[in-house]
Amino acid sequence: MQLKKVFKGFVIALPLVTVMACTTTDNGVDEAAAKEAAAAQAAADQAAREAEAEKAEIMAMQQRDKMAAEQRAKDIATLEQDQVVYFDFDTSNLTSSARAILSKHAEFLALNPDQSIVIEGHCDRRGTPEYNIALGERRAKSIQTYLLNANVSSSQMSVVSYGEEKPVANGTSQSAFAQNRRGVLVYQ
Amino acid sequence: MNKINTILLSLFFICFSLESHATLEIYITEGVNNARPVGIVPFHVSPGTVLPSSIDEVVAADLTRSGKFLALSRQQMPQLPKSDSEVDYSEWAAAGAEAVLIGHVQQQAADEFKVSLQLLDVIRGQITGGQTQMMSNGQMVTNRDHVLDEWSWVISGDEFRQYAHRISDIVYEKLTGEKGAFLTQIAYIIVRDSETEAKPFQLIVADYDGKNENILLRSNEPLMSPSWSPDGRKLAYVSFENKKPQIFIQDIYTGSRTMITDFPGINGAPTFSPDGNQLAMVLSKDGNPEIYVMNLASKRLRQITRNRAIDTEPSWSPDGKHLIFSSERGGKPQIYRVNLATGKTRRVTFEGDMNLGGTYTPDGTQMVMVNRTRGNYHIAKQGVDSGDMLVLTKTFLDESPSLAPNGSMIIYSTLHEGRQVLSLVSLDGRFKARLPVSEGQVKSPSWSPFL
Repeated sequence: MQLKKVFKGFVIALPLVTVMACTTTDNGVDEAAAKEAAAAQAAADQAAREAEAEKAEIMAMQQRDKMAAEQRAKDIATLEQDQVVYFDFDTSNLTSSARAILSKHAEFLALNPDQSIVIEGHCDRRGTPEYNIALGERRAKSIQTYLLNANVSSSQMSVVSYGEEKPVANGTSQSAFAQNRRGVLVYQ
Repeated sequence: MNKINTILLSLFFICFSLESHATLEIYITEGVNNARPVGIVPFHVSPGTVLPSSIDEVVAADLTRSGKFLALSRQQMPQLPKSDSEVDYSEWAAAGAEAVLIGHVQQQAADEFKVSLQLLDVIRGQITGGQTQMMSNGQMVTNRDHVLDEWSWVISGDEFRQYAHRISDIVYEKLTGEKGAFLTQIAYIIVRDSETEAKPFQLIVADYDGKNENILLRSNEPLMSPSWSPDGRKLAYVSFENKKPQIFIQDIYTGSRTMITDFPGINGAPTFSPDGNQLAMVLSKDGNPEIYVMNLASKRLRQITRNRAIDTEPSWSPDGKHLIFSSERGGKPQIYRVNLATGKTRRVTFEGDMNLGGTYTPDGTQMVMVNRTRGNYHIAKQGVDSGDMLVLTKTFLDESPSLAPNGSMIIYSTLHEGRQVLSLVSLDGRFKARLPVSEGQVKSPSWSPFL
């Protein structure tokens, strides 16, 4: 960017130098050459100033972007600490604690329409794998519907059901089952 | 053709079996009391013959594992005859055996073995005294009706196991009148420990007894629902390798695979039609899981269900005219049957809290399914028309039942000591066995057709 500006300066200055050099007589040589040099210098200075200003502007912009990105990463990191909502057995209804978690995500996502997420639906191992794929999708979709109603754009969200294929807790205790019946918001 | 298959199979095993040492062993947990004793006499080996492996042990294990027979132990055998002329039929009858298999192995070249066999009917032999000649209407006639079958093959060393299963098939069919399924395979998914395996989700094909376990595919994302093509050459399955479910069909012998569907939402539960030309599946591309049938040549889809409830787990009737499937349209999931010509649909299960994962028996008269009663998930069977249901298993969290191609046995996934394992139950519910593996969760078994 900066180079381009300098180059532009030369493009204007150089032809002037050559034209002058061809047409001047003995008397006028020094004067004309001095004028010409001053003009070229002015053009080059102007180009340099412009380049400097542009550079500063870019840096400021980068700084702003960086700060915004840092803030956003911080926000996402905070949200990701609470990215899982849990469901009761064989249902896709959102509990009140699930709604409380989702409302925070919704607020952020609505303010950052270029941020996309994947909503994963999961189940405990009871029931058949194929049925659980369908149930997991219904869970993910009930999260999606909640977020849509909270002004998150549909283009920000995609849904995938893993059914009972990706348990976080092994075993067959009620608590293992409860930990696996979940929806997860994955920031992209 | 069989030879070519064998060569392809061998090549394939060389390519894919490098890390497949783990094999299934079968523990029979219930039902030997009802089995019919048979004598599988240790095969006689000609002097100078070096056996690559035992045939008679595989045959004895096969027959015992069928639940229909109990191969007598060596201690229970009254004698070790080398041919039918040496057999003392009354001794074998006293030992309870209804049939005796006698074999002989002779090495003819470095990798060429002649295997000769005789299957003898003990009861018939007792009546005729095993006499090969008798008087009939004043004439001497040859009578060998105590010999149920006798035959011989020349095989190579690496064919021993395969031919042992073939012998089991012949013995089983001679004694029951029903085709044996010992030369079949099972496909299943193993989920290994993700901390030690980078690609813990593995699609496996093994012999029906768990031997020759071969990994067809490894993935770091879930694999689901393997299902055989009716010619036994291909598997359809679901892979999440692209972070979403997609249906693939893979050639077992060449390893080549084709993505069949990549719709938004669920792409699941693929099942080949009995003629192999169509694939039933579940897609939720229009917002809700529905059953579709795809013509595999044209890739054209036909929507079978249209319902706001979950519809899933399609299974073809053997004549290809109906599908049964699980649907929540009546509240809890139950099995429904749809006539593919008319679209007419009716509910077929009514017992228990819910019924899922239905599949037809090969003769089309019964269905096998997962029944939930008072919170317990068990494998059950029911007449397609009669509606009488019989719960077959007592194990924990049973799912994914799949039938042997002769309809004698069901393989399913269950939880044993906190691990997902495969189990067998005979269709009459009398015989039960477990197939543990060395490591990982084993699920989604699918029994091959006759190969």
